[in-house]
Amino acid sequence: MAEPMLHLDALCVRYGARVVLDGLSLAPVEPGTTVGLLGPNGVGKSTLLRALARLASPTGRATVGSFDLLYGSRREHTRQVGYLPQTLPQPSSLLVYEAVRSALRATCGGLSDATRDRRLQQVFTRLRLHPLAMSPLDRLSGGQRQMVGLAQVLVRDTPLLLLDEPTSALDLRWQLLALEAVGEAARQRGAIVLVAMHDLNLASRFCDRLVLLSADGLVADGAPADVLTPPNLRRAYRVDARVERTASGDYVALAERAIPDEPALACDN
Amino acid sequence: MSTTTPVSPSSLRLRYRAVAARRVGALAALACVLVTLLVVDVSTGPSPFPLADVVGGLFRPDGLPLEQRVILWDVRLPYALMAVLVGASLGFAGAEMQTVLNNPLASPFTLGMSAAASVGASLVVISGWHLVLWNENVALSLGAFACACVATLLIVWLAWRHGATTETVVLFGIGLMFSFEALQWLLQFIADANALQQIVFWSMGSLARSTWGKIALLTCVFTTCTLWASVDVASLTALRAGDEQARSMGISVERLRLVALARISLLSATALSFVGTIGFVGLVGPHVARLLVGDEHRYYLPGAALAGAIMLASASVLSKTLIPGVTLPIGIITALVGVPLFMLLVSRRRRLHG
Repeated sequence: MAEPMLHLDALCVRYGARVVLDGLSLAPVEPGTTVGLLGPNGVGKSTLLRALARLASPTGRATVGSFDLLYGSRREHTRQVGYLPQTLPQPSSLLVYEAVRSALRATCGGLSDATRDRRLQQVFTRLRLHPLAMSPLDRLSGGQRQMVGLAQVLVRDTPLLLLDEPTSALDLRWQLLALEAVGEAARQRGAIVLVAMHDLNLASRFCDRLVLLSADGLVADGAPADVLTPPNLRRAYRVDARVERTASGDYVALAERAIPDEPALACDN
Repeated sequence: MSTTTPVSPSSLRLRYRAVAARRVGALAALACVLVTLLVVDVSTGPSPFPLADVVGGLFRPDGLPLEQRVILWDVRLPYALMAVLVGASLGFAGAEMQTVLNNPLASPFTLGMSAAASVGASLVVISGWHLVLWNENVALSLGAFACACVATLLIVWLAWRHGATTETVVLFGIGLMFSFEALQWLLQFIADANALQQIVFWSMGSLARSTWGKIALLTCVFTTCTLWASVDVASLTALRAGDEQARSMGISVERLRLVALARISLLSATALSFVGTIGFVGLVGPHVARLLVGDEHRYYLPGAALAGAIMLASASVLSKTLIPGVTLPIGIITALVGVPLFMLLVSRRRRLHG
């Protein structure tokens, strides 16, 4: 059976009178693909993820295979979509193991004990969380809690992963480890990953495809080499930037200068 | 971020089994303390009642003289069991409320339920309905229960209309609490001396109104609510990581909050309507349980119920022994003991977590 593809077509989200996403459409996303959502603050990266996670009310069409992400059954949506919010798991006396297991128990009720244990082992190993497993959340740093949040999503084994800035609280080493784990999960399970990020260099290294958004909508959608170009970065971020290719083949964007805002036009009455 | 020595992945489940065993041990220890306190409570009172006679009388009532049998089965045992049941109900309700409102200060008091129950009882006393309806004891409980239910329905309706966020529910609850307190003062102001005395006595909390019928009813409500809560245990545990995390798992946080509020209200309103205002048990019980068994609700909810029951059973013993020959209102004891205990818990938590 062919793995399901993700289709997004004419997605609109508005908060009151403010339109955040205005008819966003993307080329179909293949299974096993990691797509990086890039762009300045407030252009709708998180809103897109929240809309697909049904935490915002969009119009348009979004499907994974034959499943309608916006209007399909709530139960099936929970089975299909894993969402990591920007907010970290809050400090509490819950142990890391319990927090991750609670994600499984709350969403995948029918699993056997053996399957549950296997998934927990897998995700703790993949994210190197074993040493923290029996620590309560209120003894962890922000970065460690972010890894717990990621574990809560990965353990569910969903075909679509929506990750909102999953490395914002992590140091350099853990940024690499976390994104390697996400990529590995996507490749092994044929999952589709949509990940909103601000770090262009990490995005170019770990994502198969990048979607660059600006306040005016979609700027570019394609391979990192095609999206991370000085004109695209200028249009999206309003910065002059250089893009260089490293020896390992990754692209590094270096922002050099912010383009000054245009003076507001005088208004005659 | 730093990590310590890697641990073998295969040990994960075994390691948690050890933690779980410790928690089950803590729950068993709490249950043992509770049973001991129950026996001590039954054997404590103005007339001497040796422990051996208490235990013998429980299993062979006919072996006791009539006077002792009446004291044991019609007075002490109902009072002691009511203390356990009310404490367990308030502890359980407080624990669930602290979780769904994500607030360590939440308790049945937070939503104005105690204040509403007091207003209900006062209305019955002032209106004279307690003389018309079956008997005074039943009329007071009915009034308190009805008013607590009105307060609850109002909260649930307002929360449903305006989005059941924690802020909305807590703010509406505090608003209602102040409104009911003002109503209570008004009723006290217009009450005659006789009614005022009854109202003040009711609001201090007392086990003296316990009957086997009330114990049976509260047992049914407690069992129903705990079984009902067991359906939501996984969702409640997931909610401890935060609203947004729970929503991301497909949990309807608003629905969960409303259902839990309905459950908590039914349990607290029933308990409070039988014994009057009893503070701090619903607040302190959950904190004791969290220190002992953590936040996993399979252990936390029973832990809070046991801690609440122990607290009220201890208060019942103290109320009979502090001043020889006098039984103090139990609400006074819970507040007097609850405040220092709460401060001790807060300082201990601060020491533990820096």
